[in-house]
Amino acid sequence: MKLVQYLYGIADNALILGQRLGELCGHGPNLETDIAMTNISLDLLGQTRSYYQYAAQILGGDATEDTIAFLRSEREYKNVLLVEQPNTDFAYSIGRQFLFDVYHLLLLQELQLSQDETLSAIAKKCIKEVQYHTRFSSDWIKRLGDGTPESKERMQNAINDLWTFTDELFHQTEADQAMVSEGIGVDVTKLKDNYYQKINEILIESTLAIPEMKYFQKGGKHGIHTEHMGYLLADMQYMQRTFPNMTW
Amino acid sequence: MTTTNIHIEPQLAEILATVSDPEIPVLSIMDMGVVRSAEMNGNIAEVTITPTYSGCPAMDVIGDDIKKALRDNGIEAKVNLVLSPAWTTDWITEKGRNALEKYGIAPPLEPEADIAALLGNQKIVKCPQCGSHNTKMISQFGSTACKAFFQCQDCQEPFDYFKCLK
Repeated sequence: MKLVQYLYGIADNALILGQRLGELCGHGPNLETDIAMTNISLDLLGQTRSYYQYAAQILGGDATEDTIAFLRSEREYKNVLLVEQPNTDFAYSIGRQFLFDVYHLLLLQELQLSQDETLSAIAKKCIKEVQYHTRFSSDWIKRLGDGTPESKERMQNAINDLWTFTDELFHQTEADQAMVSEGIGVDVTKLKDNYYQKINEILIESTLAIPEMKYFQKGGKHGIHTEHMGYLLADMQYMQRTFPNMTW
Repeated sequence: MTTTNIHIEPQLAEILATVSDPEIPVLSIMDMGVVRSAEMNGNIAEVTITPTYSGCPAMDVIGDDIKKALRDNGIEAKVNLVLSPAWTTDWITEKGRNALEKYGIAPPLEPEADIAALLGNQKIVKCPQCGSHNTKMISQFGSTACKAFFQCQDCQEPFDYFKCLK
């Protein structure tokens, strides 16, 4: 069951970020970014399905990818706080995406080497998609950072505000530790230096300041979420909670 | 969830070639390279397919269409989905690439050229309408995740470019 918890730790990030991006459907700042962000959402939801299908197979019984996605309570979601942050404005959505994509790519590069054949296969599939996500978000960081005074200010504010959620990406849970020792999981603590180096490179290129904040928020990996998470789940789970077992 | 054998029985290949990609109707799933194996196991055809993108909504439809096409030929089918080895645009056949271009979608370039094109550094994507290379990227994501959106600056037509996936 540690493996299931480990899968949640990875897949819940994809699901919750996918849901956040999905909220932008029809609300993007222009048609192209609207389509891009919902396409990234679709990739992430597809990736989530692969992990959840695997988790459901391990859980057995009545578990399915849908019960995992729609019938867990807030505390049972193990996503990091970063991905649940709201679409305050476009700079926040892009900042959140960028800070996650760089991590996501580093994680998948290592997960490809997992001793678990299924996890390795999923990672190899996802990494091709995440390369495009990373390119998209990095490109926008540069455009907004090195854009007008207004776009620069807003991009900087978003990075400053979201920075507090970055350190949690490199915290290990008990499930993480167990899976690392079995050669299945990725030791995220080892990704940290590389992550901040890559992030800093792009921030510098974007003429943005690297935040100096040293206070970091955490909790998501243990199911302790920010106030935004409940609203997100209420929206996402509405149909299954209101009409249990409904199908399309 | 992995497969190494790519064996497609000729009799089944013929039928599978009649199943098209629901998002790109000019392309058969054989030309798309999503069929990884197809074998008769007793009376049942076992067909293995792989998704182009994880979230590709066409996969469920493709699975149903395969079953229907085979049933129309008197064969019951079982469709499996595998993720490994992961699909690459290299598996699109030459015939498929030509069909894409004829349909108005620029076929994928090699990885380095693809990056250069998507970062807008080089004008190398050929307009499928007029053949000009004087084209401009509008968005890295087009009507579906597998495509980017371009516009030709000579004939002014917008078009999709099928992104390289390797």
